[in-house]
Amino acid sequence: MVKSENGSGFMSHRTEDVVLEVSITVNGTAHRSQVEPRTLLVHHLRENLGLTGTHVGCDTGYCGACTVIVDGRAVKSCSMLAVQADGAEVRTVEGVADGDELHPVQEGFWECHGLQCGFCTPGMIMSSVALLESNPDPSEEEIRHGIEGNLCRCTGYHNIVKSVQFAGARMRGEEVSS
Amino acid sequence: MTTSTSVMGGIVRRKEDPSLIQGKGTYVDDVKRAGELAAVFVRSPFAAAKINSIDVSAALELEGVHAVYTADDVRHLGPNPAQVAVGTLRPLLADGAVKHVGEAVAMVVADSRYIAQDGADLVFVDYEPGDAVIDLKEAHADKVQVHEGESNTLLTWAGNAWWEGVIDLPDPSPEIQAAKERDDTVTVSLEMVNQRLIPTAIEPRAVLADWRGGYESVELWSSSQIPHAVAGAVAGVFGIPSNKVRVIAPEVGGGFGLKLNVYPDEILVCFASKQLGRPVRWTETRREAGFASIQGRGWVGTATMTGTKDGKILGYELEAICDMGAYTHNFTVAIPLLGLFVAPGQYDIPTSYALHCVMTNTPTTDAYRGAGRPEAAYYLERIIDDFAREIGMDPADVRKANYWKPEDFPVTTAIGLTMDSGDYATNLDALLDRVDYEGLKAKRDAARAEGRLLGLGLSTYVEVCGFGPSALAGLGFSWAGYGLPTAFNGSGVVRVQPDGTCTVTIGTGPSGQGHETTWAQIVSDGLGIPMENIEVQHGDSLDSPMGVGTFGSRSLAVDGTATYEATGRVREKAAKIAGHLLEAAEQDIQFADGGAHVAGSPDRAVTWGQIAEAAYQPHTLPEGMEGGLESSVVFSPPNATWPFGSHLALVEVDPDTGDVKLLEYWATDDCGNVINPMIVDGQVHGGIAQGIAQALFEEAIYDDMGNLLTASLADYPLPDAASLPSFSLDRTVTPTDVNPLGVKGIGEAGTIGSAQTIVNAVVDAVSHLGVRHIDMPLRPKRVWQAIEDAKE
Amino acid sequence: MYPPNFDYVAPTSLDEACAALAGADNAKVLSGGMSLIPLMKMRLVRPTTVVDISRIPGLDTITDEGDHIRIGAMVRHAQTASDPLVREHATALAEAAAATADAQVRNQGTTCGSIAHADVAADQPAAVLALGASMVAASSRGEREIPASDFFVDTLTSALESDEILTAIKVPKGGTSVYRKLGRRGGEADYPIAAAAVWVDAGNGSVSDARIAVTGVSSKPYLAAAAADAIRGSDGGAAAIDEAAGHATDDVIVLEDLYATVDYRTHLAEVYVKRALEAALA
Ligand SMILES: Cc1cc2nc3c(=O)[nH]c(=O)nc-3n(C[C@H](O)[C@H](O)[C@H](O)COP(=O)(O)OP(=O)(O)OC[C@H]3O[C@@H](n4cnc5c(N)ncnc54)[C@H](O)[C@@H]3O)c2cc1C
Ligand code: FES
Ligand code: FES
Repeated sequence: MVKSENGSGFMSHRTEDVVLEVSITVNGTAHRSQVEPRTLLVHHLRENLGLTGTHVGCDTGYCGACTVIVDGRAVKSCSMLAVQADGAEVRTVEGVADGDELHPVQEGFWECHGLQCGFCTPGMIMSSVALLESNPDPSEEEIRHGIEGNLCRCTGYHNIVKSVQFAGARMRGEEVSS
Repeated sequence: MTTSTSVMGGIVRRKEDPSLIQGKGTYVDDVKRAGELAAVFVRSPFAAAKINSIDVSAALELEGVHAVYTADDVRHLGPNPAQVAVGTLRPLLADGAVKHVGEAVAMVVADSRYIAQDGADLVFVDYEPGDAVIDLKEAHADKVQVHEGESNTLLTWAGNAWWEGVIDLPDPSPEIQAAKERDDTVTVSLEMVNQRLIPTAIEPRAVLADWRGGYESVELWSSSQIPHAVAGAVAGVFGIPSNKVRVIAPEVGGGFGLKLNVYPDEILVCFASKQLGRPVRWTETRREAGFASIQGRGWVGTATMTGTKDGKILGYELEAICDMGAYTHNFTVAIPLLGLFVAPGQYDIPTSYALHCVMTNTPTTDAYRGAGRPEAAYYLERIIDDFAREIGMDPADVRKANYWKPEDFPVTTAIGLTMDSGDYATNLDALLDRVDYEGLKAKRDAARAEGRLLGLGLSTYVEVCGFGPSALAGLGFSWAGYGLPTAFNGSGVVRVQPDGTCTVTIGTGPSGQGHETTWAQIVSDGLGIPMENIEVQHGDSLDSPMGVGTFGSRSLAVDGTATYEATGRVREKAAKIAGHLLEAAEQDIQFADGGAHVAGSPDRAVTWGQIAEAAYQPHTLPEGMEGGLESSVVFSPPNATWPFGSHLALVEVDPDTGDVKLLEYWATDDCGNVINPMIVDGQVHGGIAQGIAQALFEEAIYDDMGNLLTASLADYPLPDAASLPSFSLDRTVTPTDVNPLGVKGIGEAGTIGSAQTIVNAVVDAVSHLGVRHIDMPLRPKRVWQAIEDAKE
Repeated sequence: MYPPNFDYVAPTSLDEACAALAGADNAKVLSGGMSLIPLMKMRLVRPTTVVDISRIPGLDTITDEGDHIRIGAMVRHAQTASDPLVREHATALAEAAAATADAQVRNQGTTCGSIAHADVAADQPAAVLALGASMVAASSRGEREIPASDFFVDTLTSALESDEILTAIKVPKGGTSVYRKLGRRGGEADYPIAAAAVWVDAGNGSVSDARIAVTGVSSKPYLAAAAADAIRGSDGGAAAIDEAAGHATDDVIVLEDLYATVDYRTHLAEVYVKRALEAALA
């Protein structure tokens, strides 16, 4: 007979008293919150701040559904602790539109059918926004590499690439048709 | 249909998108309930073991843990219900034994997911490992039995077994045997693996149950393709009527068949919520999805083809062992059957088959995009390429020489089913002409002369979908197994509101397919009400009409038709009301520009608002007319639909590394009439990507102990944007007559046509080096190895 | 996929960080977190204290120090990949950083973190080996420099002590370097199935010095000494390159996994050494 433990049997190192205060500015609004150090940024956004546009699609940092922009850099919020973002400016999909006016990347996704189930879309949009901010006129290959950290199971990426091209053209002030 | 607006057949931006692109969509994990608790499962590390004991005491002592449930707590609820209940059903929680790695053994419910996971770490299970069987052939030989005393082979789909008493099919074997013995024929045979896949919708499954004490009713949010079936199953398990169960499938982040199941966790969160008096949620982690949700494919089989040297095929034989996993779910054993439906493809060829449904100590398999049909198309279209190469004919010509002709329709296939419509040669020619097939071949040959390994791969396919005829219920295609005696009908309710806007409520909901838009197009076209004034509701088992769900490329052909018919009835009634209001004959009423007018006198008009106002104030209606302006239709088609198409790929293989680069991909599909070309193309893009994924990247790999080595996305490589090209699409249009819209279904077509297209292309690139076949996925190591082996 | 709890400190000076590490048992340095956090989520790593070094000023820069360049601990992969100094003087490292993971991971993960993590299949370790870099390690016991050739000890094991922080890597200038890989998803995508970094000092038809490093092939990234010996002193022509490539896996145990058999990986190591040498000597 083998005695095998299902669980690791590890008692979590409980540090309830070590709840830390973090101040994170999300989409322009400053939030001061108490979090356990282990709280992932994505869970903090979704569960503590109610910003459920940022999604979780995996465990290992591969799918990119959780992509947000932290201090100007697109990162995967599932692989970042909320405490690491203390003092940072975070942009999420809820904050890319300018009031009622959609961001050109959002327009592009709508216009070019860049989404189906929409689950990857918030992360895809954030990566695309970051890509176009650093490279306003990417080639198709640059677009494909720029979003390779975002997996989509529905679209085969064909229309996502078109969406980013549409957005790029619009951001460059060019005439675009879909 | 008299088209008064032009939205049908036109590109219309999706109604669902403004919410989704702003992060405002509601998926199950986004729903929050006051006082909710979170569950985490303790899962087996063994593929086969006896459970001697489970010690939950340490977990229960942890602050924040509310309950830990094991089989003892839930045994009375019975096993997880399945529709086609052949074989051993899955216990809700492992009961005395585990049969695959990752099987749920205990459920920990706590204040948060983090604490529930802390609790799960403290559950100690005493296992006594036993022998497991993972290899399909060994399982088929019953070397080890997954369930003691039961043969691993649950059943074999062969010969007339399934049709006994339904259709009497002649046995093609003597004819095929005779053909093999002729001097002028060639017989080729290949053993091929159609590997197991993990469906991997980007949204993991999620559930949230809120049991309402007093009412003894439950609200269950589930990321499901089939809310009505789940409701039926939950009602059955808890012994409450189905009208006490509201299952809500809000936005569903991709389904692909994996969410076309009733799962134990759906039942267990209801149970926990009932016990604890608080809402309980569970959200699958990606790693868990490899155990807690179904997988797809998993066939090892041999395809054999006999034909004359000038390309006339005289016999096709398929024998395969199909992996069922350790327990059966919704349709598990019926998936190979779906493959059989299209086993002879588009060809007029004698076909014999035997598909063995075999259990192994692995997670359950069930429907994954295409469900049986990609497997069938794979074997057929691979062996036909092999046959063409053997006789030195162009693979396109061999296909054309054996197609059913348009004048043959309706065709009764070798499997005894009737195909609605098809024009296969025209479709293939449309593709070959568009891409300049001869030019591509020349380009390939020129590159080869320089030592570059370019390959061209072709596949054509026919699919069966749009389920389905009510009569199929007798064969298990219904929700009767969930205590919900309903066949695979379609349903739609169209209501014009008192203000002249319109709601459409349907029994099928999207997981990305854009139902809200397509359905609004149908209704807008029929009533002349603008798209923006039409709201499409779905995904609520109590508020939606009795529905079956989204799978098998059925929504539009079946539920779309129901909505179309309901639209027609609303329009008829509205014409009567408008005639009454305008003092004109009903036949003279035409609908346009958001209202109705008398033919020939556009200023004698009423708006939809005025018609509706009258409808909801019956005293203003013609004598005897009932109030209200809505219609509810249940539609049962006389047959399934049979889309088809042709796919072509150009690849380049790096001779030093075996790395395959997909250079170009073309497809010409035929799904009958098209309502929104943009959405249809999108479905094809995604379908093709999933077929390419199977061909080049993905495989659920188990070691001998039954450990899934590819549970994370780090080891289960979904294609990313950089690993795929853009796709070049076109279509032919061969409408069906099984529904008035003439539509067939396009959700799975891309996947059914693509995997073998890629494999055919790669084999073409290296065939002159002596390679005949390479099993998927064609990772660099396999391709390199095949080239090496051919050198010997 | 919810990490166990831990104590978290984010010191603002190197001394504090060293003290925090010295004072705790089972403490872990957190830089980009791209390897550490997924491991913690899977509960495969359970530190009691996490020491986040990202708030220590001055660690996020790449500086020209005359005969070498210095890459600080918080320099992200993306920065390494695009920095003009690195691209000019340590091309292989820039290429390896650019070929690491995806845009978001490159924005967050650090070059030093990748090196400290010492994954068998990480990209950048091969480059620092070929470039003859040295690693600057600090602890409350002081600072030391570890040559790259001594740094990678075994799978996920480096020469760093548990209380040490890799504060920078120093890459000597000079020569030409190149990195070439086959990724797990084909092309350059994902971790390498096999990859090679080469550094050569060549001119006038002869190779005066060379270092060749291979990653993804054995239990640690390694210097293929025999391969370098074969190219050193040669004319750098096709025959010499073939000869060198043939020694790519001398004296190492080649790993087998989901992506490669021993034969295939051995062959790939040779192919990539060859391709890297061809590019470097072109
Ligand atoms: C989706 C994904 C894809 C990836 N693909 C690739 C790839 O293709 N190629 C590749 O090479 N890598 C890949 N990686 C790994 C990535 O490069 C990591 O960034 C890197 O391995 C670790 O760097 P980090 O700064 O994130 O370190 P962390 O995750 O913070 O730390 C990693 C380990 O190193 C220790 N450590 C970190 N910094 C220091 C320091 N300064 N001093 C002492 N110890 C330290 C930590 O304690 C920890 O044990 C991938 C990661 C992800 C999530
Ligand atoms: S959830 Fe963050 S990468 Fe998948
Ligand atoms: S739209 Fe569904 S995953 Fe991308």
